[in-house]
Amino acid sequence: MSTDTTEHTETNDEVEIVETDTVREALATAFADHLGDGCIESHITPGSDLWIRVDRSSWVDAARFASGPLGMSWLDFVSAIDWMPSPFGREMEAEQDWVVHGRDERQPAEQVTGYAGGDTRFQMLLRVYSIDEHIGVTIKADLPDDDLSIDTLLPVFAGANWHEREIWEMFGITLTGHPDLRALYLPSGFEGNPMRKDYPLVARRVKPWPGIVDVEAMPAADEPAADEPAADDTTDADDTTDADDTTDAGASA
Amino acid sequence: MTAELTLPADALANQDLANNAQLRYIASQAADSRINVELETEGMTLNIGPQHPATHGTLRIVAKLDGEQVIEAQPIMGYMHRGYEKLTEVRTYPQVTTLINRIDWVGSFANEVPFILAAEELMDVEAPPRAQWIRTALFEMGRIANIMLFLGDMAVQLGGITAVFYAFRDREFVLNQIESATGGRFHPNFNRIGGIKDDLPAGWIEETKSAMVKVREFCDEMEDLVVGNEIFQSRCRGVGVIPAELAKEYGLSGANLRGSGVDWDLRRDEPSPLAWSEIDWKVWTHPDGDSFSRYWVRLQETREASLMVEKLLDNLPAGPIMAKVPRIIKVPEGESYVQTENPLGAMGYYVVSKGELTPFRVKIRTASFSNMSITPWLLEGVYVPDIATILASLYFILGDIDR
Amino acid sequence: MLTPLALEFAYWQETIVKIVIGLVAVLLPTGALVYMFLFKMMSFMQSRLGPMETGPHGAMQLLAEFGKFLQKEDIFPSKADRWVFAAAPFVVLVSTFMLVLVLPGGPSAYFTDLSTGIYFALAVSSVSVIGTLMAGWGSNSKYALLGGLRAAGQLIAYELPLVLSVVGVVIMAGTLNLREIVLSQSDFGIWFIIPQFLGFLIYLIAIQAELTQPPFDMPVAESELVTGYLTEYSGLRFLLFFIAEFATAAIFSAIGATLFLGGWTIPFVDPTAEFMNYIGPFVLGIKMIGIAFLIFWFRVTYPRFREDQLQRLAWKFLIPLALFNIVVTAVFKVVF
Repeated sequence: MSTDTTEHTETNDEVEIVETDTVREALATAFADHLGDGCIESHITPGSDLWIRVDRSSWVDAARFASGPLGMSWLDFVSAIDWMPSPFGREMEAEQDWVVHGRDERQPAEQVTGYAGGDTRFQMLLRVYSIDEHIGVTIKADLPDDDLSIDTLLPVFAGANWHEREIWEMFGITLTGHPDLRALYLPSGFEGNPMRKDYPLVARRVKPWPGIVDVEAMPAADEPAADEPAADDTTDADDTTDADDTTDAGASA
Repeated sequence: MTAELTLPADALANQDLANNAQLRYIASQAADSRINVELETEGMTLNIGPQHPATHGTLRIVAKLDGEQVIEAQPIMGYMHRGYEKLTEVRTYPQVTTLINRIDWVGSFANEVPFILAAEELMDVEAPPRAQWIRTALFEMGRIANIMLFLGDMAVQLGGITAVFYAFRDREFVLNQIESATGGRFHPNFNRIGGIKDDLPAGWIEETKSAMVKVREFCDEMEDLVVGNEIFQSRCRGVGVIPAELAKEYGLSGANLRGSGVDWDLRRDEPSPLAWSEIDWKVWTHPDGDSFSRYWVRLQETREASLMVEKLLDNLPAGPIMAKVPRIIKVPEGESYVQTENPLGAMGYYVVSKGELTPFRVKIRTASFSNMSITPWLLEGVYVPDIATILASLYFILGDIDR
Repeated sequence: MLTPLALEFAYWQETIVKIVIGLVAVLLPTGALVYMFLFKMMSFMQSRLGPMETGPHGAMQLLAEFGKFLQKEDIFPSKADRWVFAAAPFVVLVSTFMLVLVLPGGPSAYFTDLSTGIYFALAVSSVSVIGTLMAGWGSNSKYALLGGLRAAGQLIAYELPLVLSVVGVVIMAGTLNLREIVLSQSDFGIWFIIPQFLGFLIYLIAIQAELTQPPFDMPVAESELVTGYLTEYSGLRFLLFFIAEFATAAIFSAIGATLFLGGWTIPFVDPTAEFMNYIGPFVLGIKMIGIAFLIFWFRVTYPRFREDQLQRLAWKFLIPLALFNIVVTAVFKVVF
């Protein structure tokens, strides 16, 4: 697959035109046929995976279609993703660091969504899998920022219960029709939705993380965390050359 | 119910009707129901956990009981929630492996593998064959160490204390081998993107093979001591039956699904760079779907895994153990989902990268989370002792639920 | 029992001596059982060493444990029924001490020689159920309550096979007096374990249940009920329960030895000889340890039943079997 990160995901199809995956293409077509306008976009990593983006109103329908006619009755997970770039970066800046390095005034980065595109900040993820066909699909659905709610998958997958409770508490997304929306992990008085990107990792604020030294100044890298091209900096790992002269190599041959 | 039945009881006063045998029967039923109304008891709410021997960890189960019978049971977790999904967003890729080691802490090596594979897939890097084979061998040894704990623990949950001592004794042989190869008994942190940290130490292969023989001896011992025991069977057979279709709907995986007769193993069924497809082995299933079948499947899997390790070590290819990777690892933009058959079941990492040092989002799909989500359904109507049986047979690790 | 000593005592002196000997007769076998089986045999069966540090091979471990329990705080749960909670261990312990009264250690080495000896023993052993229920109720804990109720249900259910298994022996001996049962085995020429092997098996299973030892330890099932009716007990009161449990194990084993293994007698030795009063208790002790070994062997090996399975075993299997045993014994008794 392409390592060119500047290209948008939609153009990936052109790059990988040489590889084809007829099974997953057929699946994508099946989704498009069944859902009609509800199926917005799809993405295929040939030989590996399939993404389908559906409209919010087709969310349950897509799940039912996948679990029924397509035989993907094994619920892998239901989750969500917040595409907003984190305003806090890697949360390395404890107050002590600001004193030493000065504060990095961060520019808000552009919001870029992943495979199969996306228009909004929050996206739902559903992964289902067919145990007979050994093929899975990730279904995405955009959630408008002013109405973070989507229908529950409980009528289709009884096992979605805990997953959706987790989404509710971690992202603040309301699952319409879920009978038991209460905190799964967090204490009942907890405020905020920790998995949102604008929710700060408070532990990093109070105490600098000792692991900070590992990544800031590596001896060989001139400008760490800057814009070094990945390919130029390639080195052999130290252990690589040892492989041949270990004593077990003889036994293994 | 009482209202319906008091009417014939009143009619009993009429001597003519009293001769009617059917009415007499109804009247006696009505009398019984009156007694039952008097004796009607309120349900008792029993808090099992957060600290309770049956929950090995800090799981809490709120069970509403009618005598010894469970009317409703709700697991409550989060006592060990460590927010790994959030933490991974501020850790570099190599640092994440240290973290995710602690998810299923008794099978830690296996935790690292799917994440590393997902990152490798995004970077288009493939580890050299020798690294993949060593990974697979250590993966299976982690499985053995993990499931051996289960084999003893399930017996101790049912009151047979001796088995767990045997399990801990023999598990040590495997842990010692994992330690001598990786340096860590529980948290190897041995995987690197593009390979593994070190090659195997001298003499390790022979020692491991002899450890695998001991593992099989242990399995035979468990078969005699636990599986063959009539009391164990009567406690497990027919207890906690999970139908296959429901198991799929709840996303159950691993031995819990194979114990329900679903012949599905990610090691065999999904293409993986690891060496599972290179050797001969068998996927064990059991059609019953009860607690006994889950125990039985895990026992067979342990034996199978020990054979797999021997085969892997016999055919270990020579060569390097690290691919060429950048010193500072930046994973290109993309999304990748890799799932492997971990000791507890299917574990997957949905990695979203924005081309930076850290993942943008990592959704960690853990086996125990889905496996345990069926418990409210499963515990309904069972007896209190069966709670221990069912929880033990589903085999969860708290860190794997709470993440 | 003091007649063999050929000493004249006043009544109060005799009482004190009896109390001391009674205490020794209860505590010595208890300690021996705990050390030999719970500490050592169980450890060896589980491929570990058990206590090794206190004294040679951990022989002083009992004293260390005793000292530890004495030092612990005596905790009352805040809403416990204080009197019931406090009295429960003593009720259990008293029932244990009453049991030892009728146990003959020799032709004239006994505390009392009740003509209804075995009947008395089985009756007072049931008193411990009340103590267990008191502990379960008085703790004001749900685990303890469930454990206490389970214990009550179990002890009552297994009282019946226990009594019925003994009836076969009583029919053969023609007496309820334990001393005479021993002597009649001697007259008979064989120990009752051979003609009454079925009764012996039922007796073993029933006492295993009476003692709430695995596979019948549901009342204290640690993986379900933490420790059942013992959950809230600490310190000395817990120790009393502990002593009572193992003392009862010792005494039930001794009663079993008396009923089925010829009590203090040795084959081909005159059971009424004067010296049997001195070596008799030790012979009985050895036989007791033999039966206790079986009890603890089961304890280490088996997982536990579920409550309904346990009841089914008692009512649907053991009791019919015991009744069958009685009928067959009675028929043989009449015919021969």
